[in-house]
Amino acid sequence: MKNTEMNMLEIKNLHARVDGREILKGIDLSVKAGEVHAIMGPNGSGKSTLAAVLSGRDGYEVTEGTVEYMGKNLLDLAADTRAREGVFLAFQYPVELPGVNNLYFLRAAVNAGRRHRGEPELDAGQFLKAVRKTLKLLDLREDLLNRAVNVGFSGGEKKRNEIFQMALLEPKLAILDETDSGLDIDALRQVSEGVNKLRTPDRAFVLITHYQRLLDYIVPDVVHVLAGGRIVRSGDKSLALELEKTGYASVNAA
Amino acid sequence: MSATAREVVAAADVYKYGFVTDIESDSAPIGLDESTVRFISAKKGEPEWLLEWRLECFRAWLKMPTPDWTKLKIEPIDYQASTYYSAPKTTPKYQSLDEVDPELLKTYEKLGIPLHERAALAGVAVDAVFDSVSVATTFKGELAKMGVIFCSFGEAVREHPDLVREYLGSVVPTTDNFFAALNSAVFSDGSFVYIPKGVRCPMELSTYFRINAANSGQFERTLIIADEGSHVSYLEGCTAPMRDENQLHAAVVELVALKDATIKYSTVQNWYPGDAEGKGGIYNFVTKRGECRGDNAKISWTQVETGSAVTWKYPSCVLTGDNSVGEFFSVALTNHYQQADTGTKMIHIGKNTKSTIISKGISAGRGQNTYRGLVKVLPKAAGARNTTRCDSLLIGDRCGAHTVPYIDVYNRSARVEHEATTSKISEDQMFYCVQRGLSPDDALSLIVNGFAKEVLKELPMEFAVEAQKLLAVSLEGSVG
Ligand SMILES: Nc1ncnc2c1ncn2[C@@H]1O[C@H](COP(=O)(O)OP(=O)(O)O)[C@@H](O)[C@H]1O
Ligand SMILES: [Mg+2]
Repeated sequence: MKNTEMNMLEIKNLHARVDGREILKGIDLSVKAGEVHAIMGPNGSGKSTLAAVLSGRDGYEVTEGTVEYMGKNLLDLAADTRAREGVFLAFQYPVELPGVNNLYFLRAAVNAGRRHRGEPELDAGQFLKAVRKTLKLLDLREDLLNRAVNVGFSGGEKKRNEIFQMALLEPKLAILDETDSGLDIDALRQVSEGVNKLRTPDRAFVLITHYQRLLDYIVPDVVHVLAGGRIVRSGDKSLALELEKTGYASVNAA
Repeated sequence: MSATAREVVAAADVYKYGFVTDIESDSAPIGLDESTVRFISAKKGEPEWLLEWRLECFRAWLKMPTPDWTKLKIEPIDYQASTYYSAPKTTPKYQSLDEVDPELLKTYEKLGIPLHERAALAGVAVDAVFDSVSVATTFKGELAKMGVIFCSFGEAVREHPDLVREYLGSVVPTTDNFFAALNSAVFSDGSFVYIPKGVRCPMELSTYFRINAANSGQFERTLIIADEGSHVSYLEGCTAPMRDENQLHAAVVELVALKDATIKYSTVQNWYPGDAEGKGGIYNFVTKRGECRGDNAKISWTQVETGSAVTWKYPSCVLTGDNSVGEFFSVALTNHYQQADTGTKMIHIGKNTKSTIISKGISAGRGQNTYRGLVKVLPKAAGARNTTRCDSLLIGDRCGAHTVPYIDVYNRSARVEHEATTSKISEDQMFYCVQRGLSPDDALSLIVNGFAKEVLKELPMEFAVEAQKLLAVSLEGSVG
């Protein structure tokens, strides 16, 4: 990147509504390339809503504020364009696509991004090579690749499949929405290791999580607390530990 | 998908097969009476018995009421306004492809049909029916070595009259229904297949139907006979030019599978569906039926129906032989103002007969899609089994899906299972795909193809690819 000082993501006073109800009430957040930001907060505080707004999901109306991503107005871009420009969302509830082969799906996605960047598409052989390499990185069962996307996957497998997709799509900004929820301790460790391997100086992460334990494995640069649609506190990783002790009640009161 | 999807997107705005071939044709005068029937029969140089058969059918047809339209809404059809015979002037007979009018060859090239011998690579033998007549049959020589007969219907009447006479009308009685009777009176050509005892047909046999002339109907007739222990896979594809007026297509297909024989019949139907406002398009009224006439015979229908303004067809299996098997796998897609009323009839007559029905209906725009099916188990069909699954997928909220299953069981040992689901295309699924970088159109095509996969996988490879593209093109722009 030309200017490492520039923020990759710059959110200013973001307000958003769902079904006519205001959920985000003035979010400010700046994320630089190479950083990992954790967003914590009680259920219903608007974490997934923020992820949806950033990734361009229909039905979320931005009423105020701006979002800049890589120097562009992110809110102007269609959802598929955002994805091709490097915004990746690991879903809190990964979606099943019956009859759609996982590898076929991923190759279509990877090549959509490559076309967008003017790169040649990967043929089946080249793609398979990339897949093999990534599999090693993540310790994912190979047979999942030839099944329909997320159909019949266990909760942990679905979450690992999200990380696997992320690894192949090589996003610039990865938003992980409660990727840790529903994982046992081994799966949590595996997923975290995968994410840590993908940390690079030109990639940023926004980790949405309800629990501190994920942050034992993926150590964040900054921790934010989202409550009632606003970021009410920000700090370093010790903030997460403090929350673990005192609970969200204290921040809600703040 | 990516590369293909792109090409498809580029071609999608227009119905790709909507061009008209400029070719001189030899037509019957507009209108329909006994002289029309005689005209057609004379044009084809038919024997007396066949003319008599046609006339009988015609007289029966005159007495039949037009079907009431159940779920279909269509304007009354003026049967006097059509031409019942239209043939490219340079026909009838080609000894080799070199003799075929180059304009015609160009047409088939545009349609992507491998008419030339290089089709050998794909292992497909092609019979091409242009308006009313069959213009070329490839690979005939090679097939003949194995005793396989694959030719136009007209040629079969001349060269194999005994076979035709024995089997014509033996599965679909002439008075079966209004459109079958009409077809029997005025059919002009079609394909004929005979597979001798014990022969496994070494290649896929394929027919492409093309309606070109204006104000003409197409009434083709296909007859396939698989003798004992034989095996054949047959493919059928259809296109027509874009025209503002509706055109009538009323075909009859009869399949006969004798003891231990298997017939697999696959259709990709892409007749012109009309425009986005519902103007024009083909009325597709087809009677397709197969009989498993011997023990252990099997007939399998696979259809992908994306075209036509109105589709009315129920490819059926009469399971006469003990242990015989009938299958029906269908994807029917309706977009804009298209209407489809399609399904199957499985008639269990023999013991331990088995049938499977998988129907996938996809409705978008203001499309109306009805699955109508009958499973009938007669008293002697002890141990009969049927499994039926009907899934409907709705895209948008102005379309409709309907499931009308009839079940008639007269044997207590029979087991019949019916399962039906209707779902809307899920916004979660769409967003999941789009978030991975797929365009909404690509996402939709991916999800729809996933929905239809169980049926598509029944198609031979080349056809499956074509079918996937067709589903994508037919749904272009229906989200967003
Ligand atoms: N699609 C939606 N329709 C209506 N309300 C929604 C929708 N999505 C979220 N909400 C509401 O917005 C609030 C924030 O939800 P969410 O962003 O999912 O919180 P979190 O992820 O922090 O648990 C909740 O009150 C939730 O009920
Ligand atoms: Mg959430």
